[in-house]
Amino acid sequence: MDWTWFHKFGSPPHVYRLAGVLTPWFAWPAVAAILAGLYGGLVLAPPDYQQGDGFRIIYVHAPSAWLSVMIYATMAAAAFVGLVWRMKVAHAVAASCAGIGAWFTAVSLVTGMLWGKPMWGTYWVWDPRLTAQLILLLLFFGYMALRAGIDDLGRADRASAVLAVVGLVNVPIIRFSVDWWNSIHQAPSVMKLGRPTMPMDMLVPLLLMLLGFTLYFAAVLMVRLRAEVLRRERNASWLKEAVL
Amino acid sequence: MTPQPRTSALAAASAVLQRDLVLALRRPSQLLQPLAFFVVVTLLFPLGYTPELAKLRSIAPGVLWVGALLASVLALDSLFRDDAADGTLEQFVLAGQPLAALLFAKTAAHWLLTGLPLALMAPVTGIALGVPIEAMPGILCALCIGTVTLSLIGAIGAGLTLGVRRGGVLSSLLTLPLSVPVLVFGARATELAITGGSPSGALYLLAALMVLGLTLAPLAAAAAVRIGLE
Amino acid sequence: MNTLSLSNWHVFRGERQVLRGVGFDLQGGRCLQVLGDNGSGKTTLLRSIAGLVPREAGELRWCGAVPADEGQFHADLGYLGHDPPLKADLDARENLAFALRVRRPVVAGEIDAALARVGAQAYADRPVRTLSAGQRRRIAFAALLCFRVPLWLLDEPTTNLDAAGIALLRELMDECLARGGLVVTATHQDLGLDPRRLDRLALAVLR
Repeated sequence: MDWTWFHKFGSPPHVYRLAGVLTPWFAWPAVAAILAGLYGGLVLAPPDYQQGDGFRIIYVHAPSAWLSVMIYATMAAAAFVGLVWRMKVAHAVAASCAGIGAWFTAVSLVTGMLWGKPMWGTYWVWDPRLTAQLILLLLFFGYMALRAGIDDLGRADRASAVLAVVGLVNVPIIRFSVDWWNSIHQAPSVMKLGRPTMPMDMLVPLLLMLLGFTLYFAAVLMVRLRAEVLRRERNASWLKEAVL
Repeated sequence: MTPQPRTSALAAASAVLQRDLVLALRRPSQLLQPLAFFVVVTLLFPLGYTPELAKLRSIAPGVLWVGALLASVLALDSLFRDDAADGTLEQFVLAGQPLAALLFAKTAAHWLLTGLPLALMAPVTGIALGVPIEAMPGILCALCIGTVTLSLIGAIGAGLTLGVRRGGVLSSLLTLPLSVPVLVFGARATELAITGGSPSGALYLLAALMVLGLTLAPLAAAAAVRIGLE
Repeated sequence: MNTLSLSNWHVFRGERQVLRGVGFDLQGGRCLQVLGDNGSGKTTLLRSIAGLVPREAGELRWCGAVPADEGQFHADLGYLGHDPPLKADLDARENLAFALRVRRPVVAGEIDAALARVGAQAYADRPVRTLSAGQRRRIAFAALLCFRVPLWLLDEPTTNLDAAGIALLRELMDECLARGGLVVTATHQDLGLDPRRLDRLALAVLR
């Protein structure tokens, strides 16, 4: 099998250029989808018959929560590729993912708490989703701390990759254990996402926001990846030609 | 020169296990430290919370498991550090044996010396927390199974932080979130044992985690140690 | 016949390239002395041959073939780093026994024979922690003898050795080479080996 495409794809100059080309292709549709979703969600959609206007935070909360898990999976997949096929650019992708993922996890936690205040009367309830998000945030922090703790870049790449893969195996188990724990202790759970009864004028904006957030993640990933490649390749000769 | 006969991975692993046990018994005082830590932590709760046994009994599962988790994490930090410092860990990598098997033997030795004594000590500290005697078999069983998984997860953390200065805190930060399922199932089994229910469901889940850990954790630890030794 | 050849060997430490396009061919019965200033990558070369440090690029051939099974290659080599790999709380005999048992079954008497060969019987029963650095190094040589491997990788093996110790090291290396073994060593010390058995590889510090 011809592997040249693989090496070409993995070469830093190519990735740097490609990421630059792709950024607007992700960014502009993201802006369009998010604006449309916000208009649909905040203006067109009717208030929820139980939660009133408070439910509208779902348009930020749900996409953030979805992205946090999706980004962890992306990070672990990239780390795995870097570990197994020794592809440096994959490690750069994983490194770029961590900060974005931690940020979206934090956003989903904060919006969940803001939602909790009117619903439960308190900012924090040991809701299984919130608890799982909190542990996910700790996993992201651990990943970033390990990266920061190792001076040698190659070793930091590979050690954090092992951690990301171990974490990915653990994420579903953690989710399951937290759900199981919750089903025993019966903390109140009001967040019902994706109810089959959700009317179309609520659901369509939500799907638009999901799409928009995902595209936004892709755009930010491209920007951060370029920065990461620049940092790693700061002494390379191709860089002087590309920038100057 | 003819190729050397190699021992089986099992024989090599048992040599490592035996070596670690001999080494630990030469320094018995270090053996007692995690155990003493566990006892002290659990006995601080009556002082910090309330001496009423009924109230203590209700938080006993959490206290026992968080105590076991912390003691295990603290003890595991040094799992590979000594061997890495004196170069014997490198010789394991170069022994021509599957590294995962040798590290598994080290982890097993560590569990025999800390996890198992911890589980055996739990009924004693449990009495101080107002846990009824009838609950002890269930608690013992849960801690025996659970500490195996904690040791396996800790081995990954210890391997990952091999090359990190002051890696102890970092390795706790890495392993504690991964230990959440063990904590949840273990504490639930303990709670059921105390309240007179059947802990078998939670014990099965704990055992499932242990099997998964036994299968995958040595491989991850081996990968981590190879990277840590570079 | 045992041969070891490296070609086009590139190794990085962090972002710094330490070895660039290093290569050599070493025949059985010959010793390769690796020379170079501090930071030229002598230790890195030995560790990367052993597989402890990953290489960016390069091919290693052992006995003419790329080792399919890293474990089998490891079983053929003995690596001795800066510090003797000994447990301070065990005595010499126990150290050797455990080191050997991880690799292969121990034959009765071979450990005592190896300790006698390096002149360490007198202190074979004392915990290694009570021994001097030179005595520890002799015990590490005894372990290497016990391994009975055809390829030795010795990083600064003369450190802490007295004149008699260096003479012993030369004898051990001579015996290894006479059996058709190979030695790759990083040392500036003139070991007094037969020059006809000696190859040299000079490494330069890369900018």
